[in-house]
Amino acid sequence: MESTSTGAGQIQELHQAHLLRKRKVQRKVIGTQLLILVVFLAVWEIAGRNKWIDVLLFSYPSKVFTQIYNDMIDGSIWVHLGATVGETIVGFVLGTLLGTALAAVIWWWDFAAKVLDPFMVVFNSMPKVALGPLFIVGFGPGFMAIVATTLSITVMITTLTVYQSFREVDSNYVKVIRVFGGSKRDVFYKVILRASFPAIVSTLKVNVGLAWVGVIVGEFLVSKVGLGYLIIYGFQVFNFTLVLSTLVLIAVVATVMYQFVAYLERKLT
Amino acid sequence: MSRIPAVGLENVTQVYVTDREATLAIDRFSLTVQTGEFVSLVGPSGCGKTTILSMIAGLLHPTSGQVHVLGRGVLGPTPSVGYMLQQDYLFPWRTILENAMIGLELTGQKDAASRHYTLHLLEEMGLQHTANLYPNQLSGGMRQRVALVRTLATKPDILLLDEPFSALDYQTKLQLEDLVAFTMKQHKKTAILVTHDLSEAVAISDRVIVLESHPGRLRKEFHIPDAIRNAEPFYAREQEGFNALFHEVWKELESTERRTT
Repeated sequence: MESTSTGAGQIQELHQAHLLRKRKVQRKVIGTQLLILVVFLAVWEIAGRNKWIDVLLFSYPSKVFTQIYNDMIDGSIWVHLGATVGETIVGFVLGTLLGTALAAVIWWWDFAAKVLDPFMVVFNSMPKVALGPLFIVGFGPGFMAIVATTLSITVMITTLTVYQSFREVDSNYVKVIRVFGGSKRDVFYKVILRASFPAIVSTLKVNVGLAWVGVIVGEFLVSKVGLGYLIIYGFQVFNFTLVLSTLVLIAVVATVMYQFVAYLERKLT
Repeated sequence: MSRIPAVGLENVTQVYVTDREATLAIDRFSLTVQTGEFVSLVGPSGCGKTTILSMIAGLLHPTSGQVHVLGRGVLGPTPSVGYMLQQDYLFPWRTILENAMIGLELTGQKDAASRHYTLHLLEEMGLQHTANLYPNQLSGGMRQRVALVRTLATKPDILLLDEPFSALDYQTKLQLEDLVAFTMKQHKKTAILVTHDLSEAVAISDRVIVLESHPGRLRKEFHIPDAIRNAEPFYAREQEGFNALFHEVWKELESTERRTT
């Protein structure tokens, strides 16, 4: 027989071993991820330089990164990047706010919810980017039309999601407010809105992705400035190095934005 | 002694209307509760116990009949009536103190004095150290005690207790029964308790009302003898006559259930 009781030291040891194993797995995952990235870039680079792939169409990494570097140095990229990032932020913030406000209106006024329901469902099932031309004519080819395109994508889905969350709040929480003589306003601000906070922040996250779609499509259509414009321009002059370098930038900026909102979500909820 | 009863229901009838039908939930029910009395309502499900509480709380208006609280007709929720639900329903985003003070906030009584009183109540319940914690850091029994503080903080004269012990484990339930009974006596509150637990009803109350269901009606009323009434609920169960009374109430309730099924 070995020792029958497990000492404190032994328990500590088991914990340490567990942490060590966990770290090891994590290192392996990150290592493999880096390896995939490096191999992918290396193969692409070699294939491009040796003309195994059509360079005109696929370019290769060193060309793409040189393009980004040069655009940054000569400053031409910043105006496009700034325009797109600005439109995206306005798009997802405004989309979330307007969507939530609309949800509040139909929560407050049940009759409106009943009346608007079929219209919202129809509008939500439409491919909203198809409205782009209308916005361009209506708001003029610029910032407003692009934001409008983005809002058309984000507002309705936000309203439907947030309204759903408003309705799912446990009625007993409402009862707590009502037995103290709280008004409908109290019920909304102290319970309904506060309880739906996680849902609202999570739609904010979804809206970041949707806003990128709206903004890029809007810039395709308006074709004046922005990363979407660069893609269309690169495509028209057959400069796919420009197209790919813009895609890389979008990937980086969109990820940063998403992570920032995810960070906000962790902070707020 | 004032002769105005704390709560009075006269010939109250409640009809619930749904798309499918209109049902008679409560049929000509009358009840008078004196100030300082502890009354329990027991009965099979569907006898309208919670409906009666909702009407006294002013959340629901009777289809016909009168509801009076402290001699005045009930038009809506008033600060003189407190309501305690089956579960604590503390807001997870508020601290314990903020939760306990929500009634004060809603009735516009939030000030230094009422805050002090709330802290005092928390202390009375042995919760002073939890004031700045959040509900998820507390056990079920502690949370229900916070809910009791929340109800008491606005200094209601009448407390409506809607099965407040039903979601707790047995030991916590017994402890909380004693605490509630003690607190009601100490603060000289009138209480109306709805419960499924007959032994709880007999142990804690001055009077037990048995209701029958479909529609809800008064079936029988039991006055609890002083020996049981004056003992703490936990010890009341050991008093002479408790078991006999318990069986009597049990039989009454059983016969109402047989009638319905």
